[in-house]
Amino acid sequence: MKLPTLREIGTEAKLLLIGIPVLIWTLVPIYHMFLFAISPKEDAFSGKLWPDHPTLHNFEIVFRQQHYFLRDFWMQFGNSTVIALATGALTLFIATAAAFSISRLRTPGGRAVMNLALFTYFIPAAFLAVPMYRTMGNYGLLNTHWSLILAMVTIASPYAIWVLKQASDKLPVELDEAATMDGATTLQLFRLVYVPLMMPSLVAVGTYAILLAWNEYLYAFLLLSKDTDITLPVALGNFLAADDSPWELLMTTGFIYALPPAAIYYVFKRYMVGGLTAGAVKS
Amino acid sequence: MAITISDHAIPRPPLSARLSTPQVWGIVLLAPYLLVFLAFVLYPVGYGLWLARHPQSYVELYNDPIFARAAVNTLIFLVIGINVKMLIALFLSGFFVQQRHWIRWLSVLFILPWAVPSIPTILSVRFMLNPEWGVVNHIIFSLTGDDGPNWLNDPTVALTMAIGVHIWKSLPFWTLILMTGRLAISNDLFEAAGVDGASFWQKFRYITWPSMRTLYVTCTLLSMIWTLGDFNSVYLLTGGGPADLTHVLSTLGIRYLRLDQLNLAMASIVCALPLVLPLVYFMMKRLSR
Repeated sequence: MKLPTLREIGTEAKLLLIGIPVLIWTLVPIYHMFLFAISPKEDAFSGKLWPDHPTLHNFEIVFRQQHYFLRDFWMQFGNSTVIALATGALTLFIATAAAFSISRLRTPGGRAVMNLALFTYFIPAAFLAVPMYRTMGNYGLLNTHWSLILAMVTIASPYAIWVLKQASDKLPVELDEAATMDGATTLQLFRLVYVPLMMPSLVAVGTYAILLAWNEYLYAFLLLSKDTDITLPVALGNFLAADDSPWELLMTTGFIYALPPAAIYYVFKRYMVGGLTAGAVKS
Repeated sequence: MAITISDHAIPRPPLSARLSTPQVWGIVLLAPYLLVFLAFVLYPVGYGLWLARHPQSYVELYNDPIFARAAVNTLIFLVIGINVKMLIALFLSGFFVQQRHWIRWLSVLFILPWAVPSIPTILSVRFMLNPEWGVVNHIIFSLTGDDGPNWLNDPTVALTMAIGVHIWKSLPFWTLILMTGRLAISNDLFEAAGVDGASFWQKFRYITWPSMRTLYVTCTLLSMIWTLGDFNSVYLLTGGGPADLTHVLSTLGIRYLRLDQLNLAMASIVCALPLVLPLVYFMMKRLSR
């Protein structure tokens, strides 16, 4: 074995000098949340780095809805799930159809539609929220799950269409020509050739839309208000309304809420990084 | 005469005959998105602009000290916050492309802030900064014996903390993007420069920066647009307080909306358009190439 030279040790030390602060900076808020979740109430505020008596009692309280703030926990968890899945499905349907039409069928006006979608993508979401709130009121959709689902589809689909269009532009034209020669109808072309070939991008886009809807706070907070209608992030925000909020329970709920998207992200990381970040910024 | 009559007698073929089947399908498949766009983008935006048409709203806005403060805060957030974030991201992207086992593991953890929802983590930071019970002041007390400051009660500190939360959340994403830019540079260039005795700084100045400049500027502008819409970092950390001094334009619009002053909400957004539209135009030109 070769001993490292002084120079190599120096480089390694410099890297560690960057790496350790980065690690601490990244983990502190998340670790703090985790610490509260496993601490009994009296330990939570002691400022220790590890509780004297770590416990899963907080999780039990949340799962059994044994607190005033948590009485609709499962309902809200369900709302979040339904809204995220519906947004994912609708976005996938709308964006795949649009991308196929623009990129493969070369529908006249497709380019203009792509530009409209890109324009929507660049409107800051918080700015669109104000008129969107009134519009949902005009449509009579306020305080229904449909309002949030449709708002999330509106926000998710422009980027979804753009990513899918970029990906489908790369498929060779000869594929479509060969399938048409063999007598495939447009719909068969879409179903039997296009969708199977686009699978990796479709997974990326579906995941993107689901995570977007699951994580959304602002629109959910504006469009939904009843305790049994709201999603988990709004319920978390409502904890702040009281001065004596049970922080350990809030952090436990927050931890449970953060787990599914983190898990989904790491499972689909391959698709997410390949399909999304490559397209996010074209240099 | 007869010719002109027969000219008129030939009707134009109906629309369905002039379109081929793929074209019909093309329009049918485009229709769902167009409907969404008309109903949830075009109509709201048009309606919003119509609501913002009274000059009176802008006078009211001009006379509202909270608006002026929010505009300044937004500029600070964009100019200082984004540039600091992008410089750190540029630096860290150079760190994360180093070939080490532990750096690979670190990069997996480093993505966490971006992968988890922002609400619980922002609330976690809010509790850490609580003057009485928060862990930060606990540590300050045990080290110095003095009470720590009331972090979120000072507008400058509170806004800085909100920028910090924003950076914490979005730094991993931009680092990742800039990493792909760095990895696209051919290694031969660095090796050749190394043989010629180029210093670390010279390699960055003459190889890395020229090939990443466009990407870096695009990222900065895109991040500015997105940050204009960042409602969570400010609202959940400070709530716009103390005394409405830490609002940014995105939280201010929602504040007016909650106070049922819809015309002011829309007018404040219209005031941001001279800043937003050039950025949007630039990004659209970039992406639709």
